[in-house]
Amino acid sequence: MIAIIDYGVGNLFSLRSSLQTLGLEARVTADPALIRQADRVILPGVGAFGDAMDRLAAAGLVPVIREQAAEKPLLGICLGMQLLFEKSYEYGEHEGLGFVPGQVCPLADDLTDRSLKVPQIGWNALHLLKDDPLFRYIREGEYVYYVHSFYGKNCADSTLAVSDYSIPVTGVVRAGRVYGTQFHPEKSGDTGLRILKAFAEL
Amino acid sequence: MITKRIIPCLDVRNGRVVKGVNFEGVKDVADPVEMARMYNAAGADELVFYDITASVEGRALFTDLLKQVASEIFIPLTVGGGIHTLEDFDRVLKCGADKVSVNSGALKNPALVPAAAQRYGNQCVVLSADVKRVDGKFCVFAKGGRENTGRDALDWIAWCVENGAGEVCLNSIDTDGVRSGFDLEMLDAAAARVNVPIIASGGAGKKEDFLELFGHKGIDAGLAAGIFHQKLLSIRELKEYLRKNGVEMRL
Repeated sequence: MIAIIDYGVGNLFSLRSSLQTLGLEARVTADPALIRQADRVILPGVGAFGDAMDRLAAAGLVPVIREQAAEKPLLGICLGMQLLFEKSYEYGEHEGLGFVPGQVCPLADDLTDRSLKVPQIGWNALHLLKDDPLFRYIREGEYVYYVHSFYGKNCADSTLAVSDYSIPVTGVVRAGRVYGTQFHPEKSGDTGLRILKAFAEL
Repeated sequence: MITKRIIPCLDVRNGRVVKGVNFEGVKDVADPVEMARMYNAAGADELVFYDITASVEGRALFTDLLKQVASEIFIPLTVGGGIHTLEDFDRVLKCGADKVSVNSGALKNPALVPAAAQRYGNQCVVLSADVKRVDGKFCVFAKGGRENTGRDALDWIAWCVENGAGEVCLNSIDTDGVRSGFDLEMLDAAAARVNVPIIASGGAGKKEDFLELFGHKGIDAGLAAGIFHQKLLSIRELKEYLRKNGVEMRL
C-alpha cells in the first residue's frame, strides 16, 4: 500500500486515481499508523513552502516522515519535492525537511532568458543525468508537466534529471531512498504513469 | 525546452459536448468522456471543460463526468463555467480539476481573483476573457459574450494578473468560429501587457493558423473546439506539422 500524505494542500484526486490505474493500492491519509504500515510514502503538495511546513508540523507529521524516510521509499512531488530540501526562500526563509542538501530559490532571479515566464507552466523534456531504477520505464527526453515558480538549487550531487528553461531546472532529486520530482507525474500522461510504476517497484 | 501547448476545449451542456459559432446556434457533438479519451490518446497537452449548463441537474451531471474524466486521464484539466465563489472552485477541484477558469464571476466580483489565488495558488486561477472590438477599443464581454461590460480588456487582464491570475485565456469574439485565423492583433496587445502564459482562443481553422500563432512572441498555447471535434484537423497531425516547422511540441 502507498500512503499519500494528506496535510490539506493540493488536489490528491488525480494522484490517487493514477496509482489505482496502475493497479496499486493507495490511501490518502494523515494517520501516522497508516503511514507506518505503508510500503511507500508519497508527499504531495501545491501552494507555499512555509505554509506547507507549518501544516506538516501542526499535524505532527514531521517526525513521522523523518522516521519513515529511513525505512522505505518516499517520493515528494512538486512542492513535496521542495520540502525535502534544507531551506527555501519563498516569501522569507523557511527550514525544510533537510533530506536533500541545497536550497529552494526563485526561478525568476536565475533565468538567463528573461522573456521566459514564471511560473513555468507546461510540458518540458526531461534530461536524464544519471541512471536510476526510477527511470526504468522512461527514455531520455520524454516530456513531463511542470507548474512552479521556485526550484531546487545547489544540489548537483542529488540531481538525477533536469529540464531546460534557459537554465537547467532540477527535475528529479534523490538522497538515499528519498526521491523528489519537481514536475507532476500524475499529470504527465503515460510518461508520468511509468515513473510512478517504477517508484512502486523500487 | 518548454513546449507550446495544443488544447481542445469541450463546452458541456447537460452532460453533452456542444460547440457554437459566434456563441450562437450550438450543436450537439458527442460524449465528453469519450472525447476526452480520444484527445488524450491523440496527444492533447491539456483539456478545458466549460460547463455551460444553467440548471442544477446539469451541474450535477457535469461534476460526475468531470470525476470520470479525471480518474482515467492524466493530463492537466481546466474547468470553467459558472464559477462565482470559492465554493465553486472547491467543488470542481475536488472532482479532479487542476485549474479553474473564471470569467463572468470575476467581472461581477473581481475580489474572487485574489481570494482564489491566495487559497489555491496563482497557478490554479486562469482568467478567461471574451473580448471584442467596440469603436476600435478592446472591450470585455460577460455572460458568454452577450453583454458588453464597457471595461477595457487590456486593463482588465493586467489587473487580474497583478492580483493573482496565473494564466490568461483570451477569446476573441471577433474571430470565434470564423476559422480564418487567431486574432493576432488582440493577442499581441495582451502579451505586451502581462508576463504569464497566454492561451489563444477563437479563430483556428487550419494548421497554418497555429504555426502563425506560435511565431508571435508571448503566446504559449492554442485552444480550439469545433475544428477538432468535427475532425477537420487532427491533433497528432497538427503537432507533427508544427514540430517539423520548428515549434517545440510534445509528441
